[in-house]
Amino acid sequence: MIRLLTLLALLLAGPALAQAPDPYAQLAGDGYAEIEAGVAGLAASGDPRAGAVLSALSDGRLLARPSDKALFMRQGAALVDAKTGAPAADDPSLKAVRTNNRVRRGIEAAQGQLNLVSPDPAKRREAADAVFKARDAAALPALDTALAREKDAGVRQAMTEARAAVVLAKSGTSEADKLAAIPAIQARGDGDAMGILRGLQADPSEGVRAAAGRGIAAIETRLALLRALQNVWYGISLGSVLLLAAIGLAITFGVMGIINMAHGEMVMLGAYTTYLVQEAIRTKAPALFPWSLAISIPCAFLVAGLVGVLIERCIIRFLYGRPLETLLATFGVSLALQQGVRSIFGPTNREVGAPAFMSGAFDLFGLSITWGRLWIIAFAFAVFLGLLFVLRKTSFGLKTRAVTQNRRMAAAMGIRTPYVDALTFGLGSGIAGIAGVALSQIDNVSPNLGQGYIIDSFLVVVFGGVGNLWGTLVAALTLGVVNKLAEPYIGAVLAKIGLLIFIILFIQKRPRGLFALKGRAVES
Amino acid sequence: MSAFGAGGARAEETIKVGILHSLSGTMAISETTLKDAMLMLIAEQNAKGGVLGKKLEPVVVDPASNWPLFAEKARELISKDKVSAVFGCWTSVSRKSVLPVFKELDNILFYPVQYEGEESERNVFYTGAAPNQQAIPAVDYLMSEDGGGTKRWVLEGTDYVYPRTTNKILEAYLKSKGVKDEDIMINYTPFGFSDWQTEVSKIKAFGSAGKKTAVVSTVNGDANVPFYKELGNQGIKATDIPVMAFSVGEEELAGIDTKPLVGHLAAWNYFESIKTPENEEFIKKWQAFKKNPKAVTNDPMEAHYIGFNMWVKAVEKAGTADPDKVIAALPGIEQKNLTGGTATMLPNHHITKPVFIGEIEGNGQFDVVWKTDKLIPGEAWSKQLEGSKDLEADWVKLNCGNYNTKTKKCGGA
Repeated sequence: MIRLLTLLALLLAGPALAQAPDPYAQLAGDGYAEIEAGVAGLAASGDPRAGAVLSALSDGRLLARPSDKALFMRQGAALVDAKTGAPAADDPSLKAVRTNNRVRRGIEAAQGQLNLVSPDPAKRREAADAVFKARDAAALPALDTALAREKDAGVRQAMTEARAAVVLAKSGTSEADKLAAIPAIQARGDGDAMGILRGLQADPSEGVRAAAGRGIAAIETRLALLRALQNVWYGISLGSVLLLAAIGLAITFGVMGIINMAHGEMVMLGAYTTYLVQEAIRTKAPALFPWSLAISIPCAFLVAGLVGVLIERCIIRFLYGRPLETLLATFGVSLALQQGVRSIFGPTNREVGAPAFMSGAFDLFGLSITWGRLWIIAFAFAVFLGLLFVLRKTSFGLKTRAVTQNRRMAAAMGIRTPYVDALTFGLGSGIAGIAGVALSQIDNVSPNLGQGYIIDSFLVVVFGGVGNLWGTLVAALTLGVVNKLAEPYIGAVLAKIGLLIFIILFIQKRPRGLFALKGRAVES
Repeated sequence: MSAFGAGGARAEETIKVGILHSLSGTMAISETTLKDAMLMLIAEQNAKGGVLGKKLEPVVVDPASNWPLFAEKARELISKDKVSAVFGCWTSVSRKSVLPVFKELDNILFYPVQYEGEESERNVFYTGAAPNQQAIPAVDYLMSEDGGGTKRWVLEGTDYVYPRTTNKILEAYLKSKGVKDEDIMINYTPFGFSDWQTEVSKIKAFGSAGKKTAVVSTVNGDANVPFYKELGNQGIKATDIPVMAFSVGEEELAGIDTKPLVGHLAAWNYFESIKTPENEEFIKKWQAFKKNPKAVTNDPMEAHYIGFNMWVKAVEKAGTADPDKVIAALPGIEQKNLTGGTATMLPNHHITKPVFIGEIEGNGQFDVVWKTDKLIPGEAWSKQLEGSKDLEADWVKLNCGNYNTKTKKCGGA
């Protein structure tokens, strides 16, 4: 930054202009320090091509010729001279100008200055944020000009905050200016603002220290409240993941009473189905990519459901009423499925992409909410309601409940109980497959994916009360929120241990979970 | 895997080499590649005529990510298959589990993974990095102007021995450099941790105190993918808070879209993207061996490359594959590494290594932004830790792995 200041001073000095190093030559230089100086120099030079050159640099499209340090930009297939914009012939000796974090930080700050007058309000806002982050005194004149003609209230506020941050960071600001800048920072009210005000507590002026102190107190209260809300949100989000993972088990274990250790592998199969669907879409119909997850949902349901039916028909149906053998057999199935997937797809993770609508985060009254998590929460509840509807309102659901509650009576009424068993197990497995689609967005798509969720799923189902879907919902959300509220204080490891102890004690008191229900599981 | 053993009818004409890497279970993700790398190296050596006129015969076993099974399989390799050396293990737990077996049966283990140090055994040769060959230079880089002049540190790790020891060393090192207590935050998460929301927001809050902040991550294995996904989602860019990882390589990045991660860092002694003739040839051979033009190479593979070639040279020097003689012959053996330098086996059974800092690129590779001027000799005992700074390992002159320079006695503190 000192370099930039001296550069600016040189520029202002007028006659000394000739001695300022050529930023283009610096950009073609060797060290990162030199490239960074070139970036700052270019931004300060007022060159109309600066914006284009900087964005080429950040995209890796800026090339240098090692022999004479000439700079070129790749624009689509064409190559142009960076300095003049004249078309240039391609040259195999050209090397991309390298960037590292230091250079990238410089680019962000420089682009911030340049984009303050961009016609696009979103760009201007981004620029103001970049200036806020860089706190570079050289940006002050540009900021003042931009502020004078800014009409958009939101951008205006961002610029005011950025200006206040620059003013406070600059050396030699008068006390009055500092006092005038503090309220703008205080109004921002986030962690960054707190950091700036904390820095002011070493200020020589009593008045500034007091004002900063008041600002810190105000922000602290706000942040404490926000943190609590944020933790609850994280809890709901974790709860929704637990719900997704456990809801299939709530059918196979909860309703049917099968200790299904291969449940996690159904989730894994769903995730791999998502991967396959995405691969197919990438090669055959890239335009459909935003819909890849929606397409994966029925596919994952079918794949996992079919595997579930197969397992039920081939193994589990011979073991009804023998929970220990079922446990061992399904554990074996789980190992076989894991190793099978490992042999076919390899042991390494597979990449499942996130569609644009699921990436990034947005700000809600200071809460940072990630889109992916929001969609997963919505999806978990949709799956839950859908399942509830199937069990309560359809003829298949009626038969399932009848078989669960009294198998012999149901058979006597003409229900084909083996058929219902197979389909119910298939339904539970299929739902697990759907969960895999969602989990592929937040976790590894690897053969071990399911293992991480099997224990948690059993915990949720047992805690919620075996055989009760609402219990599963309440249990998943409770465990998620309690876990996330405890985590900031005692750490992730202890939070997990604490939760396990809590459940053990709880089960001692209420062996049938939160909501006990009558059914085959209870009778046996 | 008995297919490899089936060719052993002419057992007296071959030298057997054991490969002890998990091919199933959680660690298969990392270790399967190493098994393949060893098979390739052995096949290549055989094509060159083997060692001492005898062909090498690989014996592959699968300890299935199960620590006690590692010891059993090691015993099987040494007693039943009569291997002359074993290349294997990944986690420190698995290494500790096989140690007594190698001592008892007097065989050689080449261990190819970066680890927490604080160990030097007569029967083990450590071809991965010790903490002073990875962690310390990485922190030095982050403190430098090029690395961003970091003043505040988050040490984020998975809860087991390697991160805990490394972080202890780093904490002592940072404090010796004048970093205050309140500027260091240490966090641990369980194995396979997948819900990183709270942890990442904690890092974000810690990093907004107005001082340049960086994360040093010893997060292991599968937990990395959700960690990086959450970083991307919460918009933590490398220009704001860079994350320096010690366990994330080309293999781990294969499962993630790296575009939001550009600029995050990793410290290794090898990167696939380093351009040297040796490396390019190695990558070409590897991709041909795997029959996959997209197969990636990584740091532990290079460690096996160095270790295997050192073993071959030591066997030739000793004139026999007898483990006892080879152990004596190994210190001092030199082998060119793949990144343009020469690794030497030191008397403490560690090797000299260059250290590279790479930034993640959009294509899942690393761009090397910094490297040490010369090769760094591996230190078995950390100079930063109380109780280990007086210890010295030297199997040539002292014949001791933990010689105390204060009390002048072999046998630790």
